[in-house]
Amino acid sequence: MAKSKERSLSQHMAAKKTVRYIVLILLTIICLFSFYILIINATRANSQIQKGFSMLPGSFFVTNIKNLLANGNLPILTGLLNSLIVSAGTCILSTYFSALTAYAIHAYDFVGKKFIFSFILAIMMIPTQVTALGFVRFMNQLGLINNFIPLIVPSIAAPTVFFFMKQYMESSLPLEIVEAARIDGAQEFRTFNSIILPILKPAIAVQAIFTFVTAWNNYFTPNLLLSKNKMKTLPILIAQLRSADYLKFDYGQVYMMIFLSIIPVVIVYIALSKNIIAGIAVGAVKG
Amino acid sequence: MAAARSKKSKVVSYTKWGYIFLIPFFFVYIAFQIIPLFSTIYNSFFENYLAGLKQIGPNFVGLANYASLISTGDLLKYTGNTLVLWIAGFIPQILVSLLLAVWFADAGCKLKAEGFFKTVIYMPNLIMASAMAMLFFTVFSNIGPVNQLLQAIGIVDEPYVFLDHTGSVVFLVGTMNFLMWFGNTTILLMAGIMGIDASLFEAASVDGATGSQTFFHITMPLLKPIFVYVLLTSLVGGIQMFDIPQILTNGEGNPNRTTMTLIMYLNKHLFSKNYGMAGALSVMLFVVTTILSLIIYRVTVTPEEY
Repeated sequence: MAKSKERSLSQHMAAKKTVRYIVLILLTIICLFSFYILIINATRANSQIQKGFSMLPGSFFVTNIKNLLANGNLPILTGLLNSLIVSAGTCILSTYFSALTAYAIHAYDFVGKKFIFSFILAIMMIPTQVTALGFVRFMNQLGLINNFIPLIVPSIAAPTVFFFMKQYMESSLPLEIVEAARIDGAQEFRTFNSIILPILKPAIAVQAIFTFVTAWNNYFTPNLLLSKNKMKTLPILIAQLRSADYLKFDYGQVYMMIFLSIIPVVIVYIALSKNIIAGIAVGAVKG
Repeated sequence: MAAARSKKSKVVSYTKWGYIFLIPFFFVYIAFQIIPLFSTIYNSFFENYLAGLKQIGPNFVGLANYASLISTGDLLKYTGNTLVLWIAGFIPQILVSLLLAVWFADAGCKLKAEGFFKTVIYMPNLIMASAMAMLFFTVFSNIGPVNQLLQAIGIVDEPYVFLDHTGSVVFLVGTMNFLMWFGNTTILLMAGIMGIDASLFEAASVDGATGSQTFFHITMPLLKPIFVYVLLTSLVGGIQMFDIPQILTNGEGNPNRTTMTLIMYLNKHLFSKNYGMAGALSVMLFVVTTILSLIIYRVTVTPEEY
């Protein structure tokens, strides 16, 4: 009796597992299928793409890259470079200053601290789009249109990154360490740079990826500020691709362009996915 | 923070550094957020646009911009569109995420390659939304792979024009939003479920509770705060929806503006330099998102933390 019950239980478990694997594999296919089409079509010639869909890659990968680079209407190289400058700048400023802001709240006691902390948390979710009008007009007055400064510098005030850093400090930065550094006679600013920052490395790494990717993918604000061809970032170029008369387009180049825009992020992600996945929940939810 | 308080006597002499380290944040926040916010509010009270080549205004018109946004029905229409597009992605997203979160957190039925699946389902979240939209546009275009396939199988004779039907555009936008966000939501909900005291699940299993009983009577009630958090943050994200429908429909909200979102509408006004209307719309969005943010703040930050 007991044995047959055990067997039916284990059968039940096996069935349960099978269902779960099937669903997960289906979702994996859904997630990857569009990327698969992208990669396949980036390797095929325009005429092949128009003729029909294929599950196998073609041999036009290099040709498509060459054609795209030679295409004067789509400055992909400057686009890549511009995106890289804006994203790297954003990533550095936002992680460094968010750590500094979080450290101010974490390590010191001062009047109004609670209020400031609550204030930063309360504004965390207010989207930047709602102040875009005033922002663009103000940047216009300052002569900062077609300039990367308004895309990079505002990231110094990044409430979500701040919040993540603060959470991390609460769990991993005992004030004893700060005290010890002080006894050694270090200046406060030097203490932060030479002792605190290295301790925060894991948190900084996770947020560096997130801030970089967010800036890399950002379309709304850059689109309002950058109108010169040589300043445009990748998302703007992609949008331009869409508004061009697509029937005349070389689809090999279109797919190649999309491929080049997302592939750097995919590579970084695959290399660091463990840290990224572990970091997602920390900054967002307090259990 | 409790530690900070107990060491107050030692820390107090460093007080000024707390303020100094906050300067960059607040300087930047005031310059790039607060000043633009006030400028936006100010602009919303003026008539200020281009009629052909002729500049109209700026003339003070009080609340006329707000009134016209509401009376023309534009606000209602685009709010409705935005909500429909959001819901089309959110419902499958929350259902699939809940299911996956429960599965991943189920200690009694450990799945292999859990890390691999998490990596895959989270990946679309990091993909450039505009590239994703362009990819879907090409894949679902008249001569794209999907139409080629549909024709080859014989489901349709003529290519199905996905952008000519509200339903199919909503489906495409919803699918993209679902793909981009269900992995993220799964991981958040899973963290929430893992945070629930394991002895509760054990007790339920000892008492012979079925999987669905455990889910509805233990998991869901205790998951409520995180569930509310996911719902509200997703709603705020939904209100900001722009890149995907903008690029998929080339800023037109095809067909016939039925898929034009609030931010696409704002973007249109910003590009046509209709600052009064853009201002009024921005202020309304600001008020709504601020209220939602404060609610999120209330559900996330529990009082005893202070």
